[in-house]
Amino acid sequence: MTRRVTNSSEFVDKGEKERVPSFSRRTLLAGAIGAVSASLLENASTLRAQANALIQPPGAIDDPGKAQGHIPTELGERSPFEHPRRRINRPAPSGESETPLQDLFGTITPSDLLFERHHGGVPVIDPARYTLLIHGMVDRPLKFTLADLKRFPAINRVCFIECSGNGYRGFQTTTMKRDATPSWIDGLLSTSEWTGVPLATLFREAGASPDAKWFLAEGSDAAHMTRSIPVEKALDDAMIVYAQNGEAIRPEQGYPARLLLPGWEGNSQVKWIKRIELAKEPFMTREETSKYTDPLANGTARMFSFVMDAKSLITFPAFPATVSKGWCVITGLAWSGRGKIRRVEVSTDGGNNWTNAELQSPILSKCTTRFRHAWKYDGGEALLMSRAVDETGYVQPTRAQLVAARGAGTFYHMNNIRGWKVERGGKVFFHVET
Amino acid sequence: MLRRSVVLALVLLLLVVGAALIDLWPRFRGSQVPDRFGFGTPATREEIRQADTDVTPDGRGLPHDSGTVSQGESVYRLRCAGCHGATGTEGPFDRLVGREPGDRFDFGRDPKFLAKRTIGNYWPYATTLYDYINRAMPFDAPGSLSSSEVYSVVAYLLYRNQVIPGNAVVSDRTLPLVHMPARDRFVVDNRQGGRSVR
Repeated sequence: MTRRVTNSSEFVDKGEKERVPSFSRRTLLAGAIGAVSASLLENASTLRAQANALIQPPGAIDDPGKAQGHIPTELGERSPFEHPRRRINRPAPSGESETPLQDLFGTITPSDLLFERHHGGVPVIDPARYTLLIHGMVDRPLKFTLADLKRFPAINRVCFIECSGNGYRGFQTTTMKRDATPSWIDGLLSTSEWTGVPLATLFREAGASPDAKWFLAEGSDAAHMTRSIPVEKALDDAMIVYAQNGEAIRPEQGYPARLLLPGWEGNSQVKWIKRIELAKEPFMTREETSKYTDPLANGTARMFSFVMDAKSLITFPAFPATVSKGWCVITGLAWSGRGKIRRVEVSTDGGNNWTNAELQSPILSKCTTRFRHAWKYDGGEALLMSRAVDETGYVQPTRAQLVAARGAGTFYHMNNIRGWKVERGGKVFFHVET
Repeated sequence: MLRRSVVLALVLLLLVVGAALIDLWPRFRGSQVPDRFGFGTPATREEIRQADTDVTPDGRGLPHDSGTVSQGESVYRLRCAGCHGATGTEGPFDRLVGREPGDRFDFGRDPKFLAKRTIGNYWPYATTLYDYINRAMPFDAPGSLSSSEVYSVVAYLLYRNQVIPGNAVVSDRTLPLVHMPARDRFVVDNRQGGRSVR
């Protein structure tokens, strides 16, 4: 009786190249070098091809129960049959990419699918040289290295980040189109578990003056992203985070550290943060004056409009899905920057009748909540809508309500109800008229 | 006598129990957080000076220097026009020049004005121009302009937007005094959750 040897070193000793235990290129090359010394006939390119063949997951076979699968790897990968991708909206340093909401389940966004929005590209920052400076109205101006930040008691926070301009395509009539996916409409929304130090801890460490009412957060990217944030938020739930979904945050999310302001517009949560200055007054940076302000119909513009109000979006069925006759589970996400989602109502007849959807626990404050509603589709026409209600009693408004309150020319914080038109036969399109 | 020793014993017992409770109290309270951990290093005056490059509406942070409209025109042609157009209106990137829609500030009413926001019709503070251009522009080489080049290009852009005359000199003294057309257009956020849609 032969016993299959599973010890990795024995495999290498036996020169079983096709069973190299680790799929990392370095290990493969190490194995490959050994193979070269044994057989000098093989040239480097053949070896590289073999190594690449080993990295590629094996193709599907008819009965996976009839052959051993692949061995453990240092770094896991998605199934070769799954290809979720961010949609790149603008391929420029000042560009953005959107989370494919229609391809995802649950509430946590995989780290490599978190939406991106940056104004000067993604900088490469050496964590060994990183510092965060806190100065201004403090007793002790301090400089923290990344290691310093990690010495403080860390807390975890699961919350969404949403770009303040998210959803403009579901508001502005000029940009609407029928063949719009959830990603195209609201893909500048993602959720992660973030880990880091409460800003209040750092402010106490530096001895923040009780007279300081605002702080400037500055990024180290080429855009020198700067926003003024009320100190009140720092003392409430703001954090400096260095980890996301259990590992170091991604470069495009602010590596090695970013500001996290749960429930507030994405732009204010400065990435690659290098400096915090406390002061009495806001600094009136370019972003908070000429850019991220909301024009109103009464000839003014709203400033420091930080909070993302309650919103919901059906992610299935939505374009490009087709619904089959019979039972269909309508599902989507609801979220509010003011607290927990209390209720999500779903309508299948264009808002004439609303039914409470089932909310998936845990329902966390300032976090996406998954909702579900089982619906029996009769094969005809339908108009699907969802409406979120948060714990303050705020009800997600219609587009007409937002226009009445702010004007048709307003921009940012466009959280109006979205509709999905199901045509006879089950094809789903974004409902431009909702 | 007996009663006195009973009282004494009770007092002693109370003291012992009390002391034990005081000793045990932190365990009931859970872990303690100190007022300060002592992490991080003090930032020196020089380190702060180098990092603190922002400029506020009162002019704090502006370097002692100046620039003119005519100098600014040549800086603009060389370093800015490629992205913002020959006259600041053509793009392909942000439109910088223009006073449309005049004194009405119609941005909220009509979506057609969204892409027409400029320094002249939407920026509330002139100091923000120095702050932003100095640190983040030009796009292909952020932070590469000298302070007099920044003052000059700020002067040129303010002139092109009909905010200052062509012979004006823009400096750390004059820039905070410039009154921008959109200065009084901004209001604080009055959304507060609850039943109202604002």
